[in-house]
Amino acid sequence: MVNSHLKYESKQLATWYFTFAAIIFGAQLLFGLVAATQYVMPGFLFEIVDFSVARMIHINALIVWMVFAMIGSVYWLLPDETGIETVGIGLGKVLFWAFAASIVVVVLVYLIVQVGPADETSLWLIHEGREYIEAPRWADIAIVVVVLGFIYNLYATGMKGNRSGIVTVLMADMLAFAGIYLAGMGYTDNISVDQFWWWWVIHLWVEATWEVFVGSLAAYGLITMIGAHRKVVEMWLWIEVAMLFGSGILGMGHHYFWIGTPEYWWEIGALFSALEPLPLVAMFIHVLYDWGKMQGEESAKGLETSVIANKPAFTWFVLNAIGNFLGAGVWGFFHTFPQVNLYTHGTQFTSAHGHLAFFGAYATLLIGMFYLAVQGKNGIKIMNATKKSIWATSMIFGGVLGMTAALTLSGYVQVLVSRAQWGATWEGYFAGQASIWFTQGMDWRLIMGVVTFLGFFVLIADLLSIGKATHHKR
Amino acid sequence: MAKKSVWSDNRFWQRSAGWVTGFASMLLIWLTFDTIPQIMLGSDEDLQQGVTKRVPGPTVINYKITYEMDTKRGHEIPVIGGANAEGRSSFQEKETFFGRDDWSEEEAAGLLHLGKLGSQTKNCMNCHTLLGNGAYYAPDLTKAWLDPAWGPNGPMQAMTGKNTKEEAMAEFLQFPSQYPTHARMMPNLGITPEEAKGLVAFLKHMSSIDTNGFPRNFGKIEGAVHGK
Repeated sequence: MVNSHLKYESKQLATWYFTFAAIIFGAQLLFGLVAATQYVMPGFLFEIVDFSVARMIHINALIVWMVFAMIGSVYWLLPDETGIETVGIGLGKVLFWAFAASIVVVVLVYLIVQVGPADETSLWLIHEGREYIEAPRWADIAIVVVVLGFIYNLYATGMKGNRSGIVTVLMADMLAFAGIYLAGMGYTDNISVDQFWWWWVIHLWVEATWEVFVGSLAAYGLITMIGAHRKVVEMWLWIEVAMLFGSGILGMGHHYFWIGTPEYWWEIGALFSALEPLPLVAMFIHVLYDWGKMQGEESAKGLETSVIANKPAFTWFVLNAIGNFLGAGVWGFFHTFPQVNLYTHGTQFTSAHGHLAFFGAYATLLIGMFYLAVQGKNGIKIMNATKKSIWATSMIFGGVLGMTAALTLSGYVQVLVSRAQWGATWEGYFAGQASIWFTQGMDWRLIMGVVTFLGFFVLIADLLSIGKATHHKR
Repeated sequence: MAKKSVWSDNRFWQRSAGWVTGFASMLLIWLTFDTIPQIMLGSDEDLQQGVTKRVPGPTVINYKITYEMDTKRGHEIPVIGGANAEGRSSFQEKETFFGRDDWSEEEAAGLLHLGKLGSQTKNCMNCHTLLGNGAYYAPDLTKAWLDPAWGPNGPMQAMTGKNTKEEAMAEFLQFPSQYPTHARMMPNLGITPEEAKGLVAFLKHMSSIDTNGFPRNFGKIEGAVHGK
């Protein structure tokens, strides 16, 4: 690329992944808006793009853009950590195009074909109809091949270059991340067994391996953006890994309360998932503590300037610490005990948690990575925020918080009316949905969704233009 | 330089992370080996011999299923074929399903297979919840078979003009937009008569799964709000 300041091809490849991730992020928000509109106006696109189709694309796009941005983040940080060019760049490029093309085909089939007859062919070619991992089986296999290639590159680079603590954690984590996906590829007539393994993928991704990934990325960010001491950061990272896996792996029990599995999962799920917020608190403290410490060291030297080398990225990293703690920690804790979950399971409460947790824990940090890439590509030493960065951050973070608040209130009404008063029947479900407090929540969710979507365009405009701004230190 | 402490030693924390992760993983795998046999599909022989399974065999569609409070366990459980003296499944009382109560193991398994496949290929889970998991745009299907709305005096059965619960459900599944109950409607998913039969068998089977009392008080509350 012309005018690029990137010395490593690995970083160049990372920008491809980030670009595609940002596009899919937009698709996620667009189809989320369609689904949110259907709650308010049920006739909207009825039997054209039904809620089920819009929602499937909404959550699949979410997973896909995050996986793309995660792979991109690894390609970005590898040269900095290992000190060498990533091994297998050619393979990485081929895999990028294969992955991107597969995703485009999968989404087009979702949109155009939508549903198939009740046979195995539909599972192979259209979709598997299992929330979050709907991708048809051919795409499952493609994803496994792509991820194995990526892992080969990571391992080959980690073993050839300097294997830092961060790279070591990533190597172990990405292998688990890929291996767990295999648990969700089978078919069974037994829905209890089906959901048992399905949760192995979903839970062990988002409440274990992805969280550890975020921990590693936050560690990298602290070192590169505020010059935190590697030894301290990596010690924190190992503590976080112990806490995240120690609570998260058995915290899976909170998905096994009601799917046909034995009662002992009540105790196991309650105990370990109640511990899950602890590492998130630790990560939050870690980021703020390091920031204050490094700023303090700078002041002690008599320097008045900020210690942060990339303001917008660091803002997103701090929002990650807050959002992860709030969305995954607090909102997860709300309904993690079986005594509460008996009534909240499968209501908008879950949806409120899902929105703030996915956004807070993952979207924030990955957007931060986009800004780091813009900084690197433009050869900027200290990157300052623009008006657009501030608007984008406020609109997106505020929008998601607003959606979460609205969904929480709607969920509360649903729990009380549909579940407690009506006993969860068809009639009870619609009695809850018709409640004025529920529908107001859905209106506000749509409004805040629009704010988020507009914020997305400001974000893209900022990412495309901030590198050319003149108030940075180059 | 300050004296080195084990608490600030990266090797110590790295090893701790390894041990904690390993221990948690082993415990999860061990529990999985305990859980999976308990949730395997039962057989017709189990039902005939009165063996209660958490997930009964497909021929459970030949039996009457209800959802009753179990005082010992403190929550509701599926009761198959009528209750015995302890209030648990007696496996005695049969119930016709599409006119028959003698579906063979092979036939019933075929229906369940078709229904489970259909539940995935028709994307049920991206509007409904199944066992409480899925999307929240439509009612939970865990115990849909037991929903009074589909029963003899229920509005859904009356609306379709059918005489049995299974026929009413099958009719609705094939032509959902002909039977709108609310502004929010189920779309037409091209479900064939045979697929509809399979889906209803899948729903009846799902209602027989022991879900530890989820959902609570299902179909038990009458006149709770506005005297409905």
